[in-house]
Amino acid sequence: MVTFQYTIKDAVGIHARPAGALVQEAKKYPASIMMKTEKGNADVKKLLAIMSLGIKQGEEITIEVSGEGEEAAATAIQEFLKANL
Amino acid sequence: MEKYTGKTVFNGIAIGRILYYAKEQEPIVRKRIEDTEVELLRYEQAKETAVKQLRELYEKALPEVGEVNAQIFEVHSMLLEDEDYNESVTNMIRSQKVNAEYAVTKAGEHFAEMFSNMDDAYFRGRAADMKDISERVTRILLGRENTGEMGTEPVIVAAEDLAPSETVKMDKSKLLGFVTRFGSINSHTAILARTMSIPALIGIEIKKEWDKKQAIIDGKEGIFYVDPDEATLLEYRKKKEKEEERKRLYQTLKGKETVTRSGKKVRLYANIGNVADLATVLLNDAEGIGLFRSEFLYLESKDYPTEEEQFQVYKRVAETMAGKKVIIRTLDIGADKQADYFGLEKEENPAMGFRAIRICLARPEIFKTQLRALFRASAYGTISIMYPMITSLEEVRQIRRLSMEARQELEAAGITVGQVEEGIMIETPAAALISDQLAKEVDFFSIGTNDLTQYTLAIDRQNPSLDEFYNAHHEAVLRMIHMVAQNAHAAGIWVGICGELGADMELTETFLEMGIDELSVSPGYILPIRKIILDAK
Repeated sequence: MVTFQYTIKDAVGIHARPAGALVQEAKKYPASIMMKTEKGNADVKKLLAIMSLGIKQGEEITIEVSGEGEEAAATAIQEFLKANL
Repeated sequence: MEKYTGKTVFNGIAIGRILYYAKEQEPIVRKRIEDTEVELLRYEQAKETAVKQLRELYEKALPEVGEVNAQIFEVHSMLLEDEDYNESVTNMIRSQKVNAEYAVTKAGEHFAEMFSNMDDAYFRGRAADMKDISERVTRILLGRENTGEMGTEPVIVAAEDLAPSETVKMDKSKLLGFVTRFGSINSHTAILARTMSIPALIGIEIKKEWDKKQAIIDGKEGIFYVDPDEATLLEYRKKKEKEEERKRLYQTLKGKETVTRSGKKVRLYANIGNVADLATVLLNDAEGIGLFRSEFLYLESKDYPTEEEQFQVYKRVAETMAGKKVIIRTLDIGADKQADYFGLEKEENPAMGFRAIRICLARPEIFKTQLRALFRASAYGTISIMYPMITSLEEVRQIRRLSMEARQELEAAGITVGQVEEGIMIETPAAALISDQLAKEVDFFSIGTNDLTQYTLAIDRQNPSLDEFYNAHHEAVLRMIHMVAQNAHAAGIWVGICGELGADMELTETFLEMGIDELSVSPGYILPIRKIILDAK
């Protein structure tokens, strides 16, 4: 399992558009990708689950990637977060 | 004749018959079904159709309203394909043996309620999206897809409220304008209306019996007439005709490159003073924003606007312009623009007083808040920063030190900052005369002709008794502009004009000869000036 932390920089938080793009990115990988936060956990491949957490700017999330190709998936998700959120 | 006033979403005149647009409100009934597999298949097919429709709406909206606004429909289709949403629907059909319409409606309500209960206003707003997507699927299931069909005659749509998808779906050739009771001037629907330049008013009590009656929308004044009398109709027909004539002439110039016959390219940008002006910028096909006056943020506020408040505004402008250049001028208050909370003292001679960059350098905490907001927003588009009222090299160096600090603080905090050009306004004779030195310190010049003329001629523009001495085309001012252009080019930077003179069509060719690289004018002048440049040698 690969784990990393990320703090949300986007002013609106994880809002609909980047959340949708994040899900599409995550679905490219067979590995299981989970988001853990103080408000609860969500499967990164599920849009409504992510949005239901209502993650705001400045909040920290932990991403846990496990399974086939977990290294590559973790790197991709980390890059995506940096570029979009 | 009945007369109502509302809030303007987009100004413009519409004359025509009213179509009262009612959403089908028949309740969805719960039915017991026998064959769950058939029902699941019905749902899958309806969902597929919905996704296809959303794809089409996105494609239709893209050229009309731009990528950022059109993405709402992509998000809708992703929500429809969400696993949790689908499980919620299919589980209900399977375990409770209910019809697909009912299951979809319940699932939509369930997720809408989840969003409604969230703390944050943004997420609460998403409840409407969940309802919108569920209603789309039930409409397809019920074969009610033709609601809102507009017939053959163009109409003014009157509705309690309009969803963004409804607005985009309407056939623009048959939609003269719309009036609604609900909605805000910043709602998605309002933004779409502005970008598509549809005359529209909100905040009007809609009456069902208006259906098919004659009406006029006066978007400029915010007035809605139902059953107008002959005289009013005639007056508005004339106004409308004039409006149309002008539009037709200039429409043909949209999307054309602003280039002279000999091939000199000029960047034609817009001056704006508020976020609300963005629609007219897009509408008039400006190639960028050459002067975004940031004062309104301060003047419309009761206290210093925070970094976050400013950031949101700058980000929105940058995103709306989608990569086109946006030049934001830092705080320019003092003189005739005052905000009480700054506690500025009354001056004998405010035009030459404590204003603009002088306030910023004397109170760097205010200045740095704005700089940080600007640099943060620069990650969302192409932002340039422009400093007003420069008179010396030392001021410019001091500014660059502060801006460097602001940038470095953000980068140290891990916040992305984009590429930002930093330039100055040349609007004092002092700056014009040392423009050779200043050019080495900055990325661009923008000549503010209003103040430059007033300071050069020593004529107060606010004093009407001086009008006979005032000559907007005074040789002294033109020579100064020419000199600034030469000094800019010698140092390898670009030079523009953002004052009123930039829109003076008698001077456009003179400016071209001087080698001015950019003209920034009120949005309404973009297309007329493009015409002159296209015809110039």
